Amino acid sequence: MGTYIAKRVLQFIPVFLGVTIILFVLQNVVPGDPIRLITGGRAVPEQTEEIMRINNHLIQVDENGKALRDENGEYIPTSLVDRYFNYMNKLFHGDLGTSYQKKVSVTSIFAQKYPYTVRLAACAIALEAIMGIGAGVLSAIKRYSFWDILVTLFTSIMVAIPAFWLGMLLQWFFGILMKQWTGGAFSMPISGAGGPSSPYYDWMHYILPAFTLAAVSTAYTARIMRSQLLDVMNQDYIRTAKAKGLSKRDIIVHHALKNALIPVVTYIGIDFGGMLAGAILTETVFNWPGVGYEIYRAITARDWPIVMGGVTIIVVVVMVINLIVDVSYAFLDPRIRLGSSKNEG
Amino acid sequence: MKYPKPIPEAGTVTMHTVAKATTGDGASRTLWGDAWKRLRRNKLAVIAVIWIVFVAIVALTCDLWAQQLLGDPLYASTAEMSKNTLLAPSLEHPFGTDVTGRDILCRVIYGSRISLSVGIIATAISTVIGLVMGALAAYYGGIFDTIIMRLADIFLAFPYTLFVIAMIAVIGNGIQNVFIAIGILGWPSIARVFRSAILSVKENDYVDAARSMGASDVRIVARHIFPNSVASIVVYATMNIGSAILTEAALSYLGMGVTPPQPSWGAMIQEGQTFLTTAPWMMIMPGLAILTTVLAFTLLGDGLRDALDVKMKDA
Repeated sequence: MGTYIAKRVLQFIPVFLGVTIILFVLQNVVPGDPIRLITGGRAVPEQTEEIMRINNHLIQVDENGKALRDENGEYIPTSLVDRYFNYMNKLFHGDLGTSYQKKVSVTSIFAQKYPYTVRLAACAIALEAIMGIGAGVLSAIKRYSFWDILVTLFTSIMVAIPAFWLGMLLQWFFGILMKQWTGGAFSMPISGAGGPSSPYYDWMHYILPAFTLAAVSTAYTARIMRSQLLDVMNQDYIRTAKAKGLSKRDIIVHHALKNALIPVVTYIGIDFGGMLAGAILTETVFNWPGVGYEIYRAITARDWPIVMGGVTIIVVVVMVINLIVDVSYAFLDPRIRLGSSKNEG
Repeated sequence: MKYPKPIPEAGTVTMHTVAKATTGDGASRTLWGDAWKRLRRNKLAVIAVIWIVFVAIVALTCDLWAQQLLGDPLYASTAEMSKNTLLAPSLEHPFGTDVTGRDILCRVIYGSRISLSVGIIATAISTVIGLVMGALAAYYGGIFDTIIMRLADIFLAFPYTLFVIAMIAVIGNGIQNVFIAIGILGWPSIARVFRSAILSVKENDYVDAARSMGASDVRIVARHIFPNSVASIVVYATMNIGSAILTEAALSYLGMGVTPPQPSWGAMIQEGQTFLTTAPWMMIMPGLAILTTVLAFTLLGDGLRDALDVKMKDA
């Protein structure tokens, strides 16, 4: 087990470095002069501009922190490699730059936004697990029945639906058509239409966004659950259980489900990582104040540090979650770690 | 589209030719002939093909008739603007009209051009890059394999939508850039599919036979390996078209795709969001267009997978 974890962590490092290089390259080819973007296009005094260039590590400085100039009196730009090391140094110190418009550090903005995304993701994952596993088990044990066809059809449609459109349809249906029933909580403000003193209504605002966010992955969960359960049901030990005279219910609950669930749980784990990536579309449709919406807002405002810093934070979060999922997969399923140690020897 | 046929050279016995021998009905002797037969029996796949052909014909010919029937998709005249604003669906305007009096059906029709071309062009870009990368990795193995597959890992470590958005943020908004971004970022999965397809074909005796007869690497890949692994690529590419259409819709919805007033299904949904209470058809109709088209490509992909007997991870 220890070897497996060590191996997996070692594999993580080159991928992480590769990801930072790609992010760095993206950041350093952003069109437009960085200083122009910071100042919002306004001209600034030359001295201020020089300080900004030094602070952003765009030009070379001497040991006293003063800008170096070549024989023509031009600034000497820093090399890309130099800038990359500077970028990595800042990254490890949690410094992802400062928002051009909000003039606040990117890290603090995302620290404020992340709780909303995490809460939404947790709700969506709960929905996904319940509905996906339920539908998958149902369609597997009632194979080729009406229910199986219904689930298959439904999962195909869910995969083809644009998430933002589904969100809007739900808003339209529940917020406008069914207004008498739902009270027309149309925009689903999560600040709580009932006010902070009304915890009962607070969670209501999670329902539609969580459902929208979970829709596609629920379909995948159901499909994986179905094929895994069918797969396991063909195994020898299930036949043994049948031969022992166990009821179908006992076989499924005590023998089949446990093994069939392993890949499903892994998928759900990885999907949770994906949801922490900020469901940019779901959050935009519902004006959800999470990381995805913040990135969308930053794109429209051309606030690049937020976009790039946000992407960096998210990618790191997602990678770490995937790592945790992989390691726990090995815990759950001994075949994984045994298989890998066999390859080593 | 013309597919390469399996080459009837000595020793070219594939799983498909064996499968064909056992199905034993009809006169067809080729992989694609048999696949087509099996596909025709799959009702959902046939409906999907019909829908895709229909959308394609509409997209190709709409210049000839759409404007005469439904009016200008980009700008409504002042007269139309005053009398046609936000009309509900009717016989005259089957999908209703939007806030400036433009016919929504007409805009959906013109939007199909963007969606189909994004689907096809972006998939073509990813497929070409993916094929080259996958072939290099699988055929040469060793250091090539390690580097390329590690690169694929790095690309796949990014949450996909976010990666495309970051890329567009860098290269700039606009529909060409959407084509490029979706195309470039789609290669790793195709490279993986092609790599494993090659690896399974590469071990066959006929590849050894060709090599011992002095065939060059390029010839072996092009004449022996590619035709025998093309089935899985066709299946994958078909499904990829659907997801490329979805990604374009998402980007246009976020305002990173087409420039208004150009119609794109995603952008139309975004325009409709403002009028959700008064004119829900503005967002419902383009959404239905996306749903049906993407669904058609998914169902066709499923059908092709069964017809071509391609083993894929079920997900």
